[in-house]
Amino acid sequence: MAINPDIRRQRPGLAPWVGDLSRFPWWILVVLLIGIAVTYAIIDNRFWGEAYDFVKLGIKITVKVSLISFTVALSLGLLAGLGGLSSNMIYRNFSMLYVQVIRGIPIIVQLYFVAFVIAPTVVSQINNLGDWMLASGILVNLGSGLANLHIRDVPMINRAIASLAIAYGAFEAEVFRAGIQSIERGQTEAARSLGMSHFQSMRYIILPQAIRVVMPPLGNDFISILKDSSLVSILAVRELTHMGQLHRARTFRSWEALGTVAVLYLMLTLTLAFLVKSMERRLAFEK
Amino acid sequence: MKNSSSLSNSDDIIILDNISKSFGEVKAIIDVSMNVKRGEVCFIFGPSGGGKSTLLRCINHLETIDSGKIVVDGIHLTDSKTDINRIRSEVGMVFQLFNLFPHLKVLENITLAQKVVRKRSRKEALEVAHTLLKRVGIPEKADVFPNQLSGGQKQRVAIARALAMNPKIMLFDEPTSALDPEMIQEVLEVMLDLAKEGMTMVVVSHEMGFAKAAADRMIFLSDGKIVETGIGKEIFTNPKKDRTKVFLSQVLN
Ligand SMILES: Nc1ncnc2c1ncn2[C@@H]1O[C@H](COP(=O)(O)OP(=O)(O)OP(=O)(O)O)[C@@H](O)[C@H]1O
Ligand SMILES: [Mg+2]
Repeated sequence: MAINPDIRRQRPGLAPWVGDLSRFPWWILVVLLIGIAVTYAIIDNRFWGEAYDFVKLGIKITVKVSLISFTVALSLGLLAGLGGLSSNMIYRNFSMLYVQVIRGIPIIVQLYFVAFVIAPTVVSQINNLGDWMLASGILVNLGSGLANLHIRDVPMINRAIASLAIAYGAFEAEVFRAGIQSIERGQTEAARSLGMSHFQSMRYIILPQAIRVVMPPLGNDFISILKDSSLVSILAVRELTHMGQLHRARTFRSWEALGTVAVLYLMLTLTLAFLVKSMERRLAFEK
Repeated sequence: MKNSSSLSNSDDIIILDNISKSFGEVKAIIDVSMNVKRGEVCFIFGPSGGGKSTLLRCINHLETIDSGKIVVDGIHLTDSKTDINRIRSEVGMVFQLFNLFPHLKVLENITLAQKVVRKRSRKEALEVAHTLLKRVGIPEKADVFPNQLSGGQKQRVAIARALAMNPKIMLFDEPTSALDPEMIQEVLEVMLDLAKEGMTMVVVSHEMGFAKAAADRMIFLSDGKIVETGIGKEIFTNPKKDRTKVFLSQVLN
């Protein structure tokens, strides 16, 4: 491995391998050792094994919640990000209102709010619509379905996904807005001077370039949403964190339950972080 | 071919009538009136910050004017019912920094607007693009990305991109100012060819050689106002205003 000549110059007389050792990413080794130790414990130790067998059921839910809410957040974010730059006063103000309000409220409060205030309100509005359809005889079958919808029919996981999507949509709006603004004004002007409409210049010229700029921050935000999906455990959604808590409560094996949960999160997030890093490097190279 | 003595109004493809434009406190254009005839090459020069770019940008509505009237090819730009995109597709613009689309290959740079604005088929757009690339002298660069081109080649692609829309007017904003000296000529030659073919051109530039060779009319613009207008190269030989004389002596030396 080539060593940085500066390091040798700063510390004259040190052997080259000292420089090599000081540059080695020791932290990765420690993480790997922890991973190996926990894997070994899970295989070898009954309590760790039981903890793993129980909490692993939450991995799927964690990934599902993160993936779906992030996908929806991207769409919301793109809409609101474009809105923030729009010359249409109403669109712009709605977008800014959404972004600023949502970013100013803790996600945990939003989760409670969406689950216990917004969702029931929406359901009762749907009931009203169904009643109206029944009364006026329009699409009676659909109408009776809507009229009889009950809030208990809306699973907590769906409310949690909606809430996380709304929260992260506000973050992604800012990412998209910054990405679009980073594209030179001359690009829009060239597109418009060729007769493209605002929509066409966004669609063909600005967004394809902005995507490259926003990919790394979006990747990092996906890692964040994966971690923040642990918050939905407060709604008793049986994702990773909640499963850890359940196991702890059942067995009082806190060390094993929370240790397994933490290591599982770590494996997911570090893998993703590695992917984002290599994507960043590739995009930088292409430029 | 060029009928500069005609006074008929229908000959005027661009009419600027008392236009003004400010950016906050800065008055970029102050009560400017000028007409450009069909097929005419109009050369605008003047000191930095004089409003040359702003004037060009007003003609294809990249800037909205504060007052006055602009008529391009018989259509009022200031009329709220006017479809600005249609006018823009009739008016080609070439920028100082090329503004090529870096994520698209040269060929796609030239075909995109043909397809999405002019609604041409892919095949037709490609034919036009290849013909134009030949015309600007770089047919071999069709499949490369803009960052693999020299400055002069970039500007020639930019010209081809604008010409692909079959514009009635071409606007040039200092098309050679960002180029190394050895590349200026190749771009000017393309522009001279265009002028010979009778394209209506409004050119902002400091290339006095081009003006001498091609300009039907020269306009000296300073501090947002037209200081002096001259037919052909009469401004060179016989500038009337002192400001013009001083500026020309600085540029020509
Ligand atoms: N978008 C803008 N916002 C604020 N001020 C502007 C803007 N565009 C131009 N100006 C100002 O308007 C005046 C005229 O600018 P313009 O770019 O038209 O000059 P120019 O003659 O093209 O100069 P140059 O030779 O440097 O390109 C300048 O004072 C400039 O600072
Ligand atoms: Mg300028």
